Amino acid sequence: MKGLSMPDWAEFIIANYNYWGVAVLMMIGLYAIIAKNNLVKKIIGMNIFQVAIILFYITIATKLEATIPIIRHGHGHGAHAAGIQAAGYMNPLPQVLMLTAIVVSVATLGVALALAVSIYQRYDTLEEDEILEQLKAEELRQV
Amino acid sequence: MKYIGLIAVLLFGAVILTTSLEFPAVGDPNSPASRHVSDDYIEHALEETAVPNLVTAVLADYRSYDTMFESAVVLAAGLACFFLLRRFRRKPPPYRLYRHIDTGVILIIEKGGKEPTNSDEFERIDANWVPYDVIIEKAAGLVVPFLQLFALYVIFHGHHSPGGGFQGGVIFGATLILLALSTDLRSTLRQMPEKSSAIMASTGLFIYSGTGVLCLLLGANFLDYGILSRLLAVDPVMARSHGILMVEIGVGVAVSAVMIWIYYNLVSAGRHDEGL
Repeated sequence: MKGLSMPDWAEFIIANYNYWGVAVLMMIGLYAIIAKNNLVKKIIGMNIFQVAIILFYITIATKLEATIPIIRHGHGHGAHAAGIQAAGYMNPLPQVLMLTAIVVSVATLGVALALAVSIYQRYDTLEEDEILEQLKAEELRQV
Repeated sequence: MKYIGLIAVLLFGAVILTTSLEFPAVGDPNSPASRHVSDDYIEHALEETAVPNLVTAVLADYRSYDTMFESAVVLAAGLACFFLLRRFRRKPPPYRLYRHIDTGVILIIEKGGKEPTNSDEFERIDANWVPYDVIIEKAAGLVVPFLQLFALYVIFHGHHSPGGGFQGGVIFGATLILLALSTDLRSTLRQMPEKSSAIMASTGLFIYSGTGVLCLLLGANFLDYGILSRLLAVDPVMARSHGILMVEIGVGVAVSAVMIWIYYNLVSAGRHDEGL
């Protein structure tokens, strides 16, 4: 890479395109949550948003010319802990946070789907406007 | 609503994209995120915990409170699905279905009819459409033990390679879901009843917090594993490594049980038959 001289715009794209991908994924997810009528599509949008956040954190954790955060030759009692350079290993903290975030996203997905199932059992539909119509009709009947 | 949503999303995207110009370049070793605690973790985690996998060390030692309540969140999600969906009162169906295992012939037994008793030849099924395929069932049955062994490997080798309680627990739960998909829910529930999955989920969290309480009883802080060296006959650094293993086992048990528990409740809408 050093031998080649890249134009400025190419370096700019390489240094930033991960963030653009994350922003696009966030926009897709948010649009699905706001504008889609079907509850399952909203849940899918929520998951896309979560994936965008996870990618963002992992992007932050990367370092050029560094390896995964597992110490090389770190086994056994004679492992030499001295001389470990922080520049040689990626940042473990965002990866830890995202590891737990993935599991929590699975848990929220389960709860969201459970809510969708019980809404379907009660209203026989997953379309938001039809559910709202039924809710209004119920209110009118009570008045 | 669609246009308002589109405008809001475009505004949001514009804000994100303009601020992204101020972010550090991807892969910059001097970015703010890797300048504070991260260096300390990388340089000292091995000598303090004897765990080469820094992610495991940070997850289960330095940030163990976070992980404990994370697994509590997972347990809470399982409980939420249970309370939202589970229906115990079930009106009995007007007929029962039995399948002759060898031929695939399905018997419909009306109420009061004589039901087949030989359970080796007939199995009870819940719906006419429940598929049955010898190849899929046998192949999945062959693969599942190895997958479960791999899940245990991922849990127990999480100190030295990518892996740990969450990942191994999810693989273990997925093998049980594979079993349920390849056969049917009724036979999977016979092998892994709902009650035992609920007990396993709470046991996992109990192992985690129990390790913390054990440290507390020995006179150290909650989840300060170094003090376990009094019980384990190793030096305090190795004791921290073993403490990490204990809580990872707890996380694995809890996560795998919650996975299969959520699956049971979702797939049958809480009725625990073939359902949906």
